[in-house]
Amino acid sequence: MPRQGSWGSMELHNNCNTRASFDISRSSSLAQENLSKSQRIRNKSVDFDDNLPHAENPRLIYINDPRRTNDKYEFTGNEIRTSKYTLITFLPKNLFIQFHRVAYLYFLAIAALNQLPPLAVFGRTVSLFPLLFVLCVTAIKDGYEDWRRHRSDRNENNRESLVLQAGEFQMKKWKTIRAGEVVKIHADETIPCDMVLLGTSDPSGLAYIQTMNLDGESNLKTRYARQETASSIFEGCNVLGLIRCEQPNRNIYEFTANMEFNGHRFPLSQSNIVLRGCQLKNTDWIIGVVVYAGQETKAMLNSAVSPSKRSKLESYMNRETLWLSIFLLVMCSVVAVGMGLWLHRHKDELETLPYYRKTYIRNGRENDNDTNLSLYYYGVGTLTENKMEFRKASVYGKDYSSSNFTEDSLQDDNIRDAAVSSRWKLKSEISVDSELMNFLHKDLAGDERIAAYLFFLTLAACNTVIPIVSQDASSGHGRSDSWGEVKAIDYQGESPDEQALVSAASAYGYTLHERTSGHIVIDVNGDKLRLDVLGLHEFDSVRKRMSVVIRFPDNTIKVLVKGADTTMFSILARDTEKDNLIRQVTQSHLTEYSSEGLRTLVVAARDLTDAELEQWQCRYEDASTSLIDRAAKLRQTAALVECNLNLLGATAIEDKLQDGVPEAIEALRQAGIKVWVLTGDKQETAISIGLSCKLLTADMQQIIINGNSEEECRNLLTDAKTRYGVQPAHRKNENSKRSNNPQNGYFEIPDDAKSSNVLQPCSGKEEPDVCAPLALIIDGNSLVYILEKDLESELFDIATSCKVVLCCRVAPLQKAGIVDLIKSRTDDMTLAIGANDVSMIQMADVGVGICGQEGRQAVMASDFAMGQFRFLKRLLLVHGHWNYQRVGYLVLYNFYRNAVFVLMLFWYILCTAFSTTSALTDWSSVFYSVIYTSVPTIVVGILDKDLSHKTLLKYPKLYGAGHRHEAYNLQLFWITMIDTLWQSLVLFYIPLFTYKESSIDIWSIGSLWTIAVVILVNMHLAMDIRRWVFITHAAVWGSIIITYACMVVLDSIPIFPNYWTIYHLAKSPTYWLTILLIIIVALLPRFLFKVIHQIFWPSDIQIAREAEILRKATPNLRSKPNEDSS
Amino acid sequence: MADMNRERHRTRETAFYLFTQQSLPACKPVLTPGWVITIFLFMGLIFIPVGLITLRASHSVVEIVDRYDTECVPEAFRIDKISYIQDDSIPKNCSRFMKVHKYMKAPIYIYYQLDNYYQNHRRYVKSRSDKQLLHGQKYHDTSSCQPVELNSGQPIVPCGLIAWSLFNDSFTFIRERAELKVNRKNIAWKSDRDHKFGKNVHPFNFQNGTLIGGGKLNPKIPLSDQEDLIVWMRTSALPSFRKLYGRIEEDLDADDVIVVNLMNNYNTYSFGGKKKLVLSTSSWLGGKNDFLGHACVIIGSSSLILAIVFTLLHLKYRRPHGDTSYLPWNRKSLSG
Repeated sequence: MPRQGSWGSMELHNNCNTRASFDISRSSSLAQENLSKSQRIRNKSVDFDDNLPHAENPRLIYINDPRRTNDKYEFTGNEIRTSKYTLITFLPKNLFIQFHRVAYLYFLAIAALNQLPPLAVFGRTVSLFPLLFVLCVTAIKDGYEDWRRHRSDRNENNRESLVLQAGEFQMKKWKTIRAGEVVKIHADETIPCDMVLLGTSDPSGLAYIQTMNLDGESNLKTRYARQETASSIFEGCNVLGLIRCEQPNRNIYEFTANMEFNGHRFPLSQSNIVLRGCQLKNTDWIIGVVVYAGQETKAMLNSAVSPSKRSKLESYMNRETLWLSIFLLVMCSVVAVGMGLWLHRHKDELETLPYYRKTYIRNGRENDNDTNLSLYYYGVGTLTENKMEFRKASVYGKDYSSSNFTEDSLQDDNIRDAAVSSRWKLKSEISVDSELMNFLHKDLAGDERIAAYLFFLTLAACNTVIPIVSQDASSGHGRSDSWGEVKAIDYQGESPDEQALVSAASAYGYTLHERTSGHIVIDVNGDKLRLDVLGLHEFDSVRKRMSVVIRFPDNTIKVLVKGADTTMFSILARDTEKDNLIRQVTQSHLTEYSSEGLRTLVVAARDLTDAELEQWQCRYEDASTSLIDRAAKLRQTAALVECNLNLLGATAIEDKLQDGVPEAIEALRQAGIKVWVLTGDKQETAISIGLSCKLLTADMQQIIINGNSEEECRNLLTDAKTRYGVQPAHRKNENSKRSNNPQNGYFEIPDDAKSSNVLQPCSGKEEPDVCAPLALIIDGNSLVYILEKDLESELFDIATSCKVVLCCRVAPLQKAGIVDLIKSRTDDMTLAIGANDVSMIQMADVGVGICGQEGRQAVMASDFAMGQFRFLKRLLLVHGHWNYQRVGYLVLYNFYRNAVFVLMLFWYILCTAFSTTSALTDWSSVFYSVIYTSVPTIVVGILDKDLSHKTLLKYPKLYGAGHRHEAYNLQLFWITMIDTLWQSLVLFYIPLFTYKESSIDIWSIGSLWTIAVVILVNMHLAMDIRRWVFITHAAVWGSIIITYACMVVLDSIPIFPNYWTIYHLAKSPTYWLTILLIIIVALLPRFLFKVIHQIFWPSDIQIAREAEILRKATPNLRSKPNEDSS
Repeated sequence: MADMNRERHRTRETAFYLFTQQSLPACKPVLTPGWVITIFLFMGLIFIPVGLITLRASHSVVEIVDRYDTECVPEAFRIDKISYIQDDSIPKNCSRFMKVHKYMKAPIYIYYQLDNYYQNHRRYVKSRSDKQLLHGQKYHDTSSCQPVELNSGQPIVPCGLIAWSLFNDSFTFIRERAELKVNRKNIAWKSDRDHKFGKNVHPFNFQNGTLIGGGKLNPKIPLSDQEDLIVWMRTSALPSFRKLYGRIEEDLDADDVIVVNLMNNYNTYSFGGKKKLVLSTSSWLGGKNDFLGHACVIIGSSSLILAIVFTLLHLKYRRPHGDTSYLPWNRKSLSG
């Protein structure tokens, strides 16, 4: 289960919404309304820094002056409390929470009624027993969990860190740390509270942290101390200053503050803060000042749980529960009227009042079991990367994508510097293009050569990747001086695309070697090149590019930019003929690359003049220190330098499909699940991915809708409708659609432009497929117009008649919108699967998260988590099937189990002058559902399997049983109820006839009924169990034995009127014969029905089961599933 | 990686792993026609003999039933039986003749049977105090005995409706002028006598109140020896029931005529209940009841018929089991 951090989901939600708004605004004139909608649901922190002037209510932190810091404001201490209860509040609070369940209230009401003597059916204590039992078990569980939480809180609070006290660092317990204090953390220690970095062991103020506990991403992230404080800390001075920061909020990806220090004022951002729960890595120590402590830390503020989801079966079940309630009411009124009449007839001798009441609904509690079971799932927990590989490059208009990407083609090439290969060993091998490699070793002359030089420099420099050099037994930590040793470089970055590019650059001899906030060192074929980084404009989804401003050792200033082709071509210089030519060629290369399913980036650069630099620097300082609207200001600043760029080339990265994706999609489609792909990628990429994962096939008719205005979209839609003769979609009885997400990310913000699929089941009915199957391809732009306007239904008509729907360029919030559209327009279930589309996953009926390189946000928001897409096949076809069969059967069985019991009691009531006498002892009535029959239900709910996973995977179409509601439907319900009626009649009348006019007493016949009904329901279950393991045997037969044991014990207590009953009965052969007869006669119709059905009208599952178990050789197996896929 | 594999391999062995991965060794029954026919045959072969044996046992039981509630009311009172039964001055003795039509082997059980008597009525069943029956006056809380719990402020021993309505008709049996010996000991369960009814509890104020119900009890005899009460207090399950009165420990021959002198004290007239006297021998199966035997024979023979029907059907419409070409999508592709 993905809930390993309870605070995960909320944070993700917020975070995702924030991102979504960027996404939408980026896509040219995309939905303003969506934007505003998303803003509305953004968390309050965003509202805060959007709307409130920072001066109004900043939080003031006086560095190393906790007294003054905490003087004015009531900041919380660093003590945390995740526990829900204290000793005093436990009982009331826990009970209050438990009684949120309606079933409990019902039982409470019943128990309360039983306390009134005239209404008491059971004894007073006995009637409380079931409720108390459930309440106690839950309370004990909650209490234990809370005790564990208390304990872990205590451990957490009593951990110690070095805190600056009276001029030196002393150990101090975490719970006593206050805001404003200065804390020192050593490598591999956990950060106790949210701190602004003041200095680190690195002179440039660099620190690496691992945020695994916070967002699950395992790569290292860089955090910087501001140069100003870092140097003074490094020199050992005390730092005194004032930090103004925003009020505590739960957004872990944003932090806005500024710091006054030595008379200067400079900005602090996300990169300057380390959060509670993170771990310090690769850095000897850091010193920071506490800004948020305890409950106000971002980690703690993010503790919340996501909303719960309900299964469809559950709602059906509620409907049937209602039916049964009506049924019960009818029964009660029959008793009431009957009793009234009886009393009326006999009022001479009895002056009693009619007491009647609803008695025995025992369904409520059992139903809980089922809902829990629907989440029964074994984690398939291997984590695999989606590997990015640098495949092709176009440099200065020349395409280096010829086939000679061989790894060892250069091994004997003497141009290649032996030192390079020995010195830098990359963790992953990259194949290089020999032509490009040779070209790069020529002298640095000519436009083309310089462009290639800058191209790779950009790849190496323009990113946020951190090189981590691991030395093999060489000298200490000074990493600069130990040349000649074999070193391995591991690139840690937030985006796999960037890592791929940096690795590629390294393979071509441009190895990123060192990165600090102020400079980077690139090893160009053995020569160390130190570049000063003057500024860095990080990737954002509006600009969709990233740039660095660097100063070369010869004092020339250059801007290096890389970005998406859509936003890059518009800011290129258009001066010369040559430029235009290169542009056209590169563009054609890009189209070619993306049609192959590769992800493309455009690389460009330009020189900056001193004047431009000055102007930019001024604005940059200003923008990056501002507390309000920093992002927009930075964007404007970036626009100053990101213009008139010279095109250098383009890159193409392959995002390898995960193993088994085409097979999985194929299987899901056979299973009758409709697959919708929602991706952030552009149309060409999306189509090519669709082709490569066999979602689209060559014979499909593609309807492409990519209009830029409402009118255009309307025309395209109506055109498509008329051309392909689409009928308005009828509401079909489809029952589940699914969505999913193979990884196609864009670089920089890896989680913004992901693709995902919505899978949706076809109706079981055949649609007249006269022409070729249709595929709908629609882009995000058009979707905006369509979803906003009333074209929704038109789109829906087309979409439902298409075999495949592929939406490209969709923003995360739009994905959620599409899922919502399907949910609201059909009765279908939706399943969303994705690596990062939190809102979509939460919107869908079933959310599946994939944990890959992209982080685990989706995993934490999801209902199920898995390592790879292909496991979805197993999740749905195998576990989904098993679960459906089990839950479907168990719902019916539980209805039956309780109804047969109640009906049996009911028939007896008719024989007691409608006076609601129960022949069963109070204890037996209570134990019936709690002890006598509950265990087999649970065991079967967990262990029963109709088919093996091999068979289920072999025939994906078996999944269709779920769409057709085979395991549970209204017809089955009524058949079961008729069977129940028969069984209850048999149960009642056979003993009645056997003991007619005999001296049998009420407790003996009650005892007989008790054991008969227990054996009957257990035999009924046993008849339907399809897989017997020893646990099942133990549960079923054990239940019967335990029932006997309980009855023996109950009948051995002299104070009960039923004393010694069972001993008398057991001596009588009639008793045993009656039980045998009851079981056989009661189950005979069911057995007959089952046998006739299985032999003459077998279901798919039955045939597959026979095939599996009897292992008949079936030569035509292999070809079949493929044949009918068309 | 290799380590992990080895690790996995090791854990794979353990039963817990098998359990969590749901790969425990399992038996998966399939209902093949062979199995079905075998099951029906087997059921037929079991139930028919059992049914026949049961029927035989039931037929071996000789039972004489005599309804006496109406006959024992003098003609003059037949119109208003209630006033007859409620009038203490009218003598209630009555004689009945019972003809033995078949040899009856001792012990012969004497039952009285009441019809339309709801001893299983909720308020009736609950109106007793098991603790008082065992501990007598030492146990004061007799609230469960409503409406017959107190008599002039003192708990009645034994309290409650059941005891209050104790059956009090009595029977003596005469064969050829000699009184038949009726054993009225050991008619109640031993367990009840020993553990449920106190040896030191005496019914000192029973039936002393204003409204007299049924029989009275001898205050000198402790409850544990009041077997009629003990039998009566084991309330019957159904509105028609028999209760053991005693045993005749002599054989009765066919055509013997038994004269029964009875005291018709018990009022069943106000609610239209019937009273019967039953003499019955017993078999290993208990009393006379053909139902079980008939049911077994019917089930057995229908099982046999089903077995034959299934055999024929199986021969005629044979479906190869586990042939996946019968799967619907395969069928479609075959035909298309």
